[in-house]
Amino acid sequence: MEATFDLTVIWAGIIGFGLMMYVLMDGFDLGQGILFMFAPNEAARDQMMNSVAPVWDGNETWLVLGGAGLLAAFPLVYSVFLPALYIGVFLLLAGLIFRGVAFEFRFKAKTSKYLWNWSFAAGSTIAAFAQGAVVGAYIQGFETEGFVYSGGPLDWLTPFTVITGLGMVAGYALLGSTWLIMKTEGEVQEWAYKLTPPLLGALLTVFAIVCVYTPFVDPYVQERWFDNISVIWVIPALTLYCAYLVLRSVKKRQDGMPFVASMGIFLFSYLGLLASKLPYIVPPKFTIWDAASSYNSQLFLLLGFLFVIPIVLGYTTWTYWIFRGKVKATGYH
Amino acid sequence: MELDPLILSRIQFAFVVCFHAIFPVFTIGLASTIAGFETLHYKTGNPVWQKLSKFWIQVFAVVFGIGVVSGIVMSFQFGTNWSNFSYATANFLGPVLSYEVVTAFFLEAAFLGVLLFGRDKVPQGVHLFAAIMVATGTFISSFWILAANSLMQTPQGLELINGMYFVTSWADSLFTPSFGYRFAHMALASFLTAALVVAGVSAWFVLQKRELEANKKALSVALWFLLFLAPAQTVVGDFHGLNTLEHQPIKVAAMEGNWERDTNVPLLLFAIPDKESQTNHFEIGIPGLASYVLTHDWNGEVPGLKDVPVEEQPPVFIVFWSFRIMVGLGLLMIGFGIWGLILRRNGGYYQNKTFLNGLRLMSLSPFVAVLAGWVVTEVGRAPWLIYGQMTHAQGLTPSLSGGMALFTLIGYVLVYSAVFSAGVYYLLQVFKGGIEKANAPHELEEVERPMRPFSAAHVAIDGEA
Ligand code: HDD
Ligand code: HEM
Ligand code: HEM
Repeated sequence: MEATFDLTVIWAGIIGFGLMMYVLMDGFDLGQGILFMFAPNEAARDQMMNSVAPVWDGNETWLVLGGAGLLAAFPLVYSVFLPALYIGVFLLLAGLIFRGVAFEFRFKAKTSKYLWNWSFAAGSTIAAFAQGAVVGAYIQGFETEGFVYSGGPLDWLTPFTVITGLGMVAGYALLGSTWLIMKTEGEVQEWAYKLTPPLLGALLTVFAIVCVYTPFVDPYVQERWFDNISVIWVIPALTLYCAYLVLRSVKKRQDGMPFVASMGIFLFSYLGLLASKLPYIVPPKFTIWDAASSYNSQLFLLLGFLFVIPIVLGYTTWTYWIFRGKVKATGYH
Repeated sequence: MELDPLILSRIQFAFVVCFHAIFPVFTIGLASTIAGFETLHYKTGNPVWQKLSKFWIQVFAVVFGIGVVSGIVMSFQFGTNWSNFSYATANFLGPVLSYEVVTAFFLEAAFLGVLLFGRDKVPQGVHLFAAIMVATGTFISSFWILAANSLMQTPQGLELINGMYFVTSWADSLFTPSFGYRFAHMALASFLTAALVVAGVSAWFVLQKRELEANKKALSVALWFLLFLAPAQTVVGDFHGLNTLEHQPIKVAAMEGNWERDTNVPLLLFAIPDKESQTNHFEIGIPGLASYVLTHDWNGEVPGLKDVPVEEQPPVFIVFWSFRIMVGLGLLMIGFGIWGLILRRNGGYYQNKTFLNGLRLMSLSPFVAVLAGWVVTEVGRAPWLIYGQMTHAQGLTPSLSGGMALFTLIGYVLVYSAVFSAGVYYLLQVFKGGIEKANAPHELEEVERPMRPFSAAHVAIDGEA
């Protein structure tokens, strides 16, 4: 059993890392969609889309990997989360479809452009909201009987998950605006500078609510944070420090720092979430070991990953390098 | 009225997977076609091949894009509607689908960018390499997904312990008895699809006297492929059927519409199988032929549907007729291949209007045949999800209510109709633009934007550019 233990922990690390990658990477491009209808003009919208055009495709493949990877390493998570979030998953997928094709069709459209604008904005916002609600639902926990979800279709939709959903929308918008600060100039950049502090405010408000609420509903979390005040308090401290960095760098009109610091906020709050919940992966009953697939399957896939993933990263980097370059008002040159 | 989540989930899965399947089957064949054109250009230096490649890359980009979004939906279907099945098979299905993502999807996504936008940015050889990698990716993808499906048809290499399957042998579970036939049959189906679509579209251009040199070449190549692939598909299909006879006899009984296990069974050309009365109406058949085809003996024994209780019989009518549609179209394809060969002597293949118009219609036939084939395979497996081991009902998500399933079914139908009618409309614009437009200097500014499927095609979607 010793060996099984090790592999499961490794897989928890891999899946955790993969989800973090997805959130960071798709976050800023979903953010473009969330901010889209608020952009000052159509030219700014063109520029926003251009800035993420080369990367959004690959980002969604990480989501597919997340789904398949969960099924492979933690089948219980896959087979409880998806039924429990049934309606939410549908909304997420519908959002991603509309947003994906909007990317492609908007530039070809003339008379119907406004339709694809809305499709992009609504699709992105719904997808972001659904993802935030998933996080909220994870914090709340799932009603299960045996190894099967036994709750109702809308159990996941509570005031709390609405708040986490809105928080995710604000958070992705923040990643989006700081991304624009980094990748654009002039009018669009100035607009993004103005947007950033209020978005940060909205995100921090949601954090505050979550931090106050979570220990109340979950004695396990309460125990972890308050019973013996320990090193984990470093995590929220770092989150706040990153928030401060965002504000300071915006004030100084730096253009790379706001984005980096916003990613820091996501990273540390994600770690904070994991620190509160782990090893519970299907709260409140099941730990990563309960949810794990067989040792043989985890090993079979791990060996392949060790070999294939470096190659994948290699050629992905190579293609990015071929298309390197800065976004100008007219696109990539 | 009580809504049945099982029926609704089956309809939903059939809808989204059939929808998805249309696109991969075309991209798999087309990716190889493009790699072929690029190779010919690289080897001969003849610019005609490049012209063709540029045009078909645009078509490819659109089809591939739709394949990707509909595929993302597929990967969540298992969990949302078939969670018991997913959980039970996760030790196998999880690694297989994950391998598909890391070995195929990332490969396709990365090299697609270079293929679509890199022509002026990388050396010609590297561009060709990208084309070959994309084609390779589509095959790796089919390998994994068909291995997954074949396991559900002819399970082996697994052991069921406490409601969960454990893999006892990876080699056995990946290479199940039906896998090889299924992979070959599907690969040929993809090539046939590409050949027939290229033939049909080229025929249409030839009829309009557009870019004659290039289109005649494409037509000629496509017809050669058709001539050899269509008979090959029949042969592989026959072997596939014999294998099915061995492992899924009741499916074959349904395909043949045969109720009683018997010798000297006729091959039915027409019949209305009726599950209720356990018999056929209006039979027309060729005596003994089914026995002969299946056992290579006029007096061979063919399994009958009544070998199993009614609850274990698949919906016979659907299987019976889907099988006839597929085989009928396959024979028609052979016919067109031979007709093309006969016309070849004095250039008739690009002058005979009836033939060219026939080819235009035939460009839709592979899609119908492919869907019909999958329906035979999948409906013929009913009521089993994993043949002989787990039924549809056992695989269903326990918490799923009829209302939820109906909600998402309607949702997917609406979303797909809206989004994909736009996609098809756009594809038609690309066809209208033809080779001329694909090779014109780019007028639209976003041409510069890299790594995005659809923007390789430079036509305004509402036709006003
Ligand atoms: C024989 C081929 C074949 C079959 C039977 C299927 N697919 Fe597929 N699929 C492909 C061949 C393919 C492909 C050719 O590889 C695609 C088409 C466009 C693309 O990007 O890859 C693809 C795309 C694609 C994607 C998007 C990949 C991406 O993000 O790049 C997903 C998630 C799936 N598929 C999943 C499925 C599932 C769960 C299926 C079964 C129910 C399925 N596919 C049947
Ligand atoms: C891409 C081509 C495919 C097509 C067109 C197709 C078509 C279908 C159809 C029509 C059904 C409905 C059968 C019925 O309910 O009676 C079905 C069922 C099913 N298929 Fe496939 N299939 C394809 C590939 C696959 C693959 C590759 C897998 C698995 C890896 C798969 C897994 C399933 C499952 C789980 C069901 C049961 C759900 C249901 O009955 O609707 N299919 N398929
Ligand atoms: C003309 C003679 C043909 C024969 C005898 C034949 C035979 C078969 C058989 C027996 C099956 C079911 C296998 C099973 O479920 O176990 C099948 C499935 C299928 N056929 Fe055909 N077929 C023919 C032509 C075609 C053509 C022309 C196409 C498409 C271009 C096609 C595409 C398919 C597909 C996609 C499947 C489902 C996947 C699979 O199980 O391989 N077939 N075929």
